[in-house]
Amino acid sequence: MLKDITIGQYFPGTSIVHKLDPRVKIIIVALFIASLFFVTNFVPYIFILAFIAGVISIAKLPVKFIIKGLKPLMFIILITFAINLFMTKGEVLVELGPLAITKEGLRQSVFMALRLVFLITGTSLLTLTTSPIALTDGIERLLSPFKRIGLPSHELAMMMTIALRFIPTLLEETDKIMKAQMARGADFESGNILSRAKNLVPLLVPLFINAFRRADELATAMEARCYRGGDGRTRLNELKFVTRDYAVLTGMTLFFAAIVSTRYIW
Amino acid sequence: MNEKNKNLMIDIQNVSYEYSSYIDESIQLAVKDLSLQIERGEFFVVLGHNGSGKSTLAKMINGLILPSRGEVLVNGMNTRDEDKIWDIRSTAGMVFQNPDNQIVATIVEEDVAFGPENLGIPPAEIRKRVDDALEVVEMTEYKNHAPHLLSGGQKQRVAIAGILAMEPDCIIFDEPTAMLDPSGRLEVMETIKKLNQEKNKTIILITHYMDEAVEADRVMVLNEGESVMLGTPKDIFRQVDKLKSLGLDVPQVTELVYELNKEGYNIKDDILSVEELVDTL
Repeated sequence: MLKDITIGQYFPGTSIVHKLDPRVKIIIVALFIASLFFVTNFVPYIFILAFIAGVISIAKLPVKFIIKGLKPLMFIILITFAINLFMTKGEVLVELGPLAITKEGLRQSVFMALRLVFLITGTSLLTLTTSPIALTDGIERLLSPFKRIGLPSHELAMMMTIALRFIPTLLEETDKIMKAQMARGADFESGNILSRAKNLVPLLVPLFINAFRRADELATAMEARCYRGGDGRTRLNELKFVTRDYAVLTGMTLFFAAIVSTRYIW
Repeated sequence: MNEKNKNLMIDIQNVSYEYSSYIDESIQLAVKDLSLQIERGEFFVVLGHNGSGKSTLAKMINGLILPSRGEVLVNGMNTRDEDKIWDIRSTAGMVFQNPDNQIVATIVEEDVAFGPENLGIPPAEIRKRVDDALEVVEMTEYKNHAPHLLSGGQKQRVAIAGILAMEPDCIIFDEPTAMLDPSGRLEVMETIKKLNQEKNKTIILITHYMDEAVEADRVMVLNEGESVMLGTPKDIFRQVDKLKSLGLDVPQVTELVYELNKEGYNIKDDILSVEELVDTL
């Protein structure tokens, strides 16, 4: 049952979006997020929607994948929508007892809900088209200039890789321990929050002990394979900017600059 | 290195390893005054039950732990020499028991590349080594898979490829099949034999499965940190009573011959394989 959880889902493909340097994609997503907050008008949303649709079609991502990614966050989107709908003051359209829907509220709530939807889909496009390993590689390289001020960029990336590597292993183990405890009469599903949390203790203790033992063994195995930190290390797939990466990065920077500028034009 | 020792891969000289007990902090010896020479290209098996000092010995050869007394030389390099430690570890690679806990990356080929990456080898050369290593362990078609979706035997073969990509002369296997199902065990044993025969790697296999020792060049039996028996598999397994007194089993065929002889038959006592037994009978 726990195996259904997928974090940072990757949808393998061979499109240009998949092949782009992960650093370019990370930068574009950062620009995308920043520019979304500059938008004050519905018109630029058309271009953002076109951008998202464009990426989806180029990367050949199934739309239902994207919608599935929105589902867990539907609650937050709805709450944002409702708060904006009822809490914005202005010209009253409908009155429902103590609550009133205003014209400004309606506009604002739709606007904010769309912003959230764009934020989520935009960022999920990054994880959908970039393998976790490429992503951590990209982050490591982007952060490497900060090594001089003491940021352990290699160590951070290695930790992320190992965490990603062990998520499925630990989920499987949790599942196994849960079943073993259930077979001996443990109850994980009934009772109030407090008793449920208490019932999790016999699950968490062996899980943690095992995780520490795994960590110890992994460290020994890494040492046996000559791991000694990031210095002097080479990579199987070195990241390299090619013309395509420069072109996309320039194009996208201009695009988002245009989006940002709409705030000052209208 | 002098001329006489040219063929010596591992030279263990009067090695002891001490540790303090968890219970009363008394000094215990995991390995007691052990000397052992393993030649280049040899298939050497270390047998012993739990707590016999097998894993301690393996970790000392790889330089993961240093002996309390005595010296360990790998291809002439002393494991006490800190400058040589990475050379030693890439000369004598080590495969561990649990395949899950030695795979680092989220993609098979990335994991195989981990060792050579640590050694600072140029990317083009890493690519070649990764492809070759996966070919040897017959995992090429899985190179873009996620390791957690593979079977135990496949994961262990990926781990072997990861060591192979560092191009070691010698590979130490610390109970590589203990956590695998019978078919996984078979896959891994086939791979180990192939490495010894086709790639001419020196193999040190630590195990408690007697059947895996049958095809070795030499077998050592460890008990309480001491080498109690050393010789060819035929020499070792004909001493059924001694092995049993050490709490070890013998291979099934040997067991059968032993029982038959006890009943009054007169069969050669150095038979190790089913074919041999069938021929003799």
